[in-house]
Amino acid sequence: MNIKILGSGCANCHNLERVAREAVAELGLEATFEKVTDYADIAGYGIMRTPGLVVDEAVLVSGRVPTANQVKELITAHLG
Amino acid sequence: MGAVLTPSAVLQRPGVRRWGGLALAAVAVVGLYAANEFFWTWLYRDVFGLDIATGWASMLHFFSYDTVKIALLLIGIIFLVTVLRSFMTVERTRALLGGKREGVGNVMAAGLGVVTPFCSCSAVPAFIGFVASGVPLGVTMSFLIASPLVNEVAIALLLGLFGVGPTMMYVGAGLVIAIVAGLVIGRLKLERWVEPFVFETKLRGQVITSTVGLTWDDRIQMGIDEVISILRGIWPYLLVGIGLGAAIHGWAPEDFFATYAGSDNPFAVLIAVLVGVPLYSNAAGVLPIVDALYAKGLPMGTLLAFMMATVALSLPEMILLRRVLKPKLIAVFAGVTAAGIICVGYLFNAILV
Repeated sequence: MNIKILGSGCANCHNLERVAREAVAELGLEATFEKVTDYADIAGYGIMRTPGLVVDEAVLVSGRVPTANQVKELITAHLG
Repeated sequence: MGAVLTPSAVLQRPGVRRWGGLALAAVAVVGLYAANEFFWTWLYRDVFGLDIATGWASMLHFFSYDTVKIALLLIGIIFLVTVLRSFMTVERTRALLGGKREGVGNVMAAGLGVVTPFCSCSAVPAFIGFVASGVPLGVTMSFLIASPLVNEVAIALLLGLFGVGPTMMYVGAGLVIAIVAGLVIGRLKLERWVEPFVFETKLRGQVITSTVGLTWDDRIQMGIDEVISILRGIWPYLLVGIGLGAAIHGWAPEDFFATYAGSDNPFAVLIAVLVGVPLYSNAAGVLPIVDALYAKGLPMGTLLAFMMATVALSLPEMILLRRVLKPKLIAVFAGVTAAGIICVGYLFNAILV
């Protein structure tokens, strides 16, 4: 699984990455993490508020930092 | 359901705990706000026996009272606005603006700039997202000008310090500036001064609405988080602002500012805006100073122009926008906005005398 954290290095991006790593670990999944900081790339995903969470090229979260549990639910729903 | 309603059973219901907790918090904020001035007067005058009408004691009294009052106002209004705004998203705003012509589009963009949750740190992705999806440049600019100019912190503080009238004047003027500046930029056809990659950005992937599936508990939590994060970001500005305000309040001679920047000086608004533009602060840092200067007899138009210039135009935001706009367009953006603010300042001074 490929996970991208979209955002230009703001505090919320770090929080989002921490939460996403936590969620992936709790689900027992293998994932590669990637940071996307280029504005054109970020906007390309249709995101207008950072941070954004992209799992296997699908945008799951934009504009806020969810809880680890919410990320777990989102990833499960996306995989299911 | 159907169980015996003991008090503890009622308290364990999530709805009761959520709304009950919120109601208690609201009562606490209102109660503290009401008791604030009384408390500090009692503490300094009656307990410490200070003369709070003059000098240091007056400054201390003003500083304590103002800090608590402004903090309470910010907590209440930021929370309320964040919860209400959690029903609105930038994505929805863009969908509403897509396909709108200039004119109607500018009016809508300015209005949406006020109600859409947005921070200037997202100005660049939002700009690309708007322009790449076909929202006209001038309409996008109306949004980007209105958003910082008419924000919840400014509204909270204006309401608390000056009341409903000046707040509505400020909001109205801010909207007009955003609409007119966007229209002007649109008319000038400055698309060539936007970095070309913006128009080449391909928007792929489905656009998600970031607030789908939020519960009331999520929205309340977002409100609490936002209050904490805004207060954490602005408290240094706030304390410096209130400190300067208190110093002006306690020490500046009664007619010092009025002599140099009063309504007799035709250049006062111009100077206020020129000083305000490079100043990087936010509404929280500027308003306590504005409040103290108003008490010293400066006209409202000059003060609102100073505040708008400080809040609407900032160097860090322009440096961010440099990623998508060429310097010439940034100069036009700043120039048109500053000109609008100057006009509003003179207009208010003329009307309100």
